[in-house]
Amino acid sequence: MTRTPLRPLARILPARAAGESTEAIERENLRARHEEMRDRSRQRAEGRLLVLGLFFFCAFVTVALRMGMLATSEPVEPRASAQGAAISAARADIVDRDGRLLATNFETHALYAQPPQMVDPEAAAKGLVAIFPDMDEKKLLADFGGKRKFLWLRKKISPEQMQAVHEIGDPGLLFGPRDMRLYPNGTLAAHVLGGASFGKEGVSAAEVIGVAGVEKQFDDYLRDPANGQKPLQLSLDLTVQAAAERVLYGGMRLMNAKGATSVLMDVQTGEVISVVSLPHFDPNNRPRPATQGDQSDSPLFNRSVQGVYELGSAFKIFTAAQAVDLGLVSPSTIIDTKGPMKVGGFRIGEFRNKNYGKLSVADIIVKSSNRGTGRMALQIGAERQQEFLKKLGFFEPTGFEIVEARTGKPLLPKRWTELSAVTVSYGHGLSSSPMHLAAGYAAIANGGRLVQPTILKQHGPRLGDRVMSEGAARAARDMLRKVVTEGTASMAEVPGYAVAGKTGTADKPKPRGGYYDDKVIATFATMFPAHDPKYVLVVTLDEPVETSGDKPRRTAGWTAVPVAAEMIGRIAPLLGLRPTVEPATLADITLTSSNN
Amino acid sequence: MRTVLYILTTLGVIGLAFWAYRENYATQEALAETDRLHSDIREAHARLAVLRAEWAYLNRPDRLRDLADINFDRLGLLPFRPDQFGHVDEVAYPKPPELIIDNAVEVSGELEKQP
Repeated sequence: MTRTPLRPLARILPARAAGESTEAIERENLRARHEEMRDRSRQRAEGRLLVLGLFFFCAFVTVALRMGMLATSEPVEPRASAQGAAISAARADIVDRDGRLLATNFETHALYAQPPQMVDPEAAAKGLVAIFPDMDEKKLLADFGGKRKFLWLRKKISPEQMQAVHEIGDPGLLFGPRDMRLYPNGTLAAHVLGGASFGKEGVSAAEVIGVAGVEKQFDDYLRDPANGQKPLQLSLDLTVQAAAERVLYGGMRLMNAKGATSVLMDVQTGEVISVVSLPHFDPNNRPRPATQGDQSDSPLFNRSVQGVYELGSAFKIFTAAQAVDLGLVSPSTIIDTKGPMKVGGFRIGEFRNKNYGKLSVADIIVKSSNRGTGRMALQIGAERQQEFLKKLGFFEPTGFEIVEARTGKPLLPKRWTELSAVTVSYGHGLSSSPMHLAAGYAAIANGGRLVQPTILKQHGPRLGDRVMSEGAARAARDMLRKVVTEGTASMAEVPGYAVAGKTGTADKPKPRGGYYDDKVIATFATMFPAHDPKYVLVVTLDEPVETSGDKPRRTAGWTAVPVAAEMIGRIAPLLGLRPTVEPATLADITLTSSNN
Repeated sequence: MRTVLYILTTLGVIGLAFWAYRENYATQEALAETDRLHSDIREAHARLAVLRAEWAYLNRPDRLRDLADINFDRLGLLPFRPDQFGHVDEVAYPKPPELIIDNAVEVSGELEKQP
């Protein structure tokens, strides 16, 4: 670039000669030079802007193209990463507390037909009927010959059936893979597991959804692909559950009961180790819900959480424990149980109109005196009684994690009068599920702390709020132990396990009011070993009758108690409980008065 | 000088192109291998699931109980009862081996009378 001088001689000299000012020339040239400089820098700036603009344009185009590609292309799994195997589309397994399988998936196939592709519909229909006898050949032919382009034939078929269909050799019969839910133990823990069925179905896959029990309660967890390798661990113990089911089934048959249920619960953690409800069903082939008749007769009915019954005298211990807790009585306080006792216009009677006379509180529990318990309830008062039972969880469905538990809402008296307080104190007028009772007994067993029954395996105790003092709980346990050693539950003595418990026999209410004379619910609620309770067991039989004697016997002492004793003898060793010698009670030195 | 630079650059480009070509194929092969391994893993998982299910099915309490009943003569298995617990001190020690004396030494005799 040639630089123009500001004062070029060629112009200066003539200008000087003409006597003109040379300043003007210099100024003009300076202006011209400045203009030139301005143009150049402007050009450079414009160039830079252009480059920058181009850069942004390219960047945005790249982003836009990538977005467009992501939006329009089919998603693919990352092929190169090693993480792929951890994500599984299969529903997570369910295992027991030791990791033994309770529910898993099994790959099977679904059979469907595409009639337009069929070569020989008649032969195909004939072949299918030979394999699946319940199919109707005429209906199949009508379907194959009609306008339909697609129809499902079978949702699940076995490998043998699949091979047989293959051998028909018709290109219009096709298979789609299916993940089937399998319960390898059959009827074991059927009510807890519930069952599963198919949700949305496609040719290449189908959704497996839980329909009841934990399968439904934890459906989201089980279906989450991130949990494919992490099974859901329940608190159930497979061997204990199997033994409990066996013993309870035997007991139910022996006692001619139409149903039975048992709940075994850890008193510290609230873990339910075994929960049985009979009659049961096979979750692999879940029966349809009953559309008529009494729902509670259906095998799907879970007596342990849905069956709300008046549990009878088993409730008395709560009254006694509360009375001791409030300092109203001690186990040796004498209460007059003589009749007649009238509350709110109703006569309170005893079992077989007995009269026990003056009894200590402990003996009221041992002999199961209605009037004695009623008198304690009157001392406690309706309000405090309500509050106590509410704290123990008798007012709400249990938090047990299966969907059916939500429907097991206890039935409470509409108005809690003095009469209600008295009847509730011995277990009438308030209906609750055996699971409620087990939770209540667990609070007595663990020294007065509330525990929430749970089906999930826990690590360590989960003791809740205190509901009664340590001393009251101990006194209640001693009374319960006496019921077995000297009272109505003498058959419950299992050497080495120091069983403590309370029987309860309640007449069944008629659907239209009143009570049956010959139908009872017999309950035995126990804890063992009494000196250091580890487990609570509640056994309930529905309409039992023991016929070995002259007269049919229906009381819990003759029906539920022997079943519970047999069950403890079978399951306590499986739980790892060694038979122990019960610590001898201290010599009878009782503090009768104290001088401060 | 410039020619040498051109030749070197061209050679460099050819070399890089060859390297990229080889890497491309190596990557594709590795991806194919990963796919194969993934499908192997999937199959193994499925097989494992079936085996686990079968194991659980064969070990279901009903079947074991029936087997124990059928083979009672040979095995004599009974349900676990509380009276089957024992103490370590109830286990007898093995009998000590009998002392066998076969090279007897005569140790009896008469004391010599002291004078």
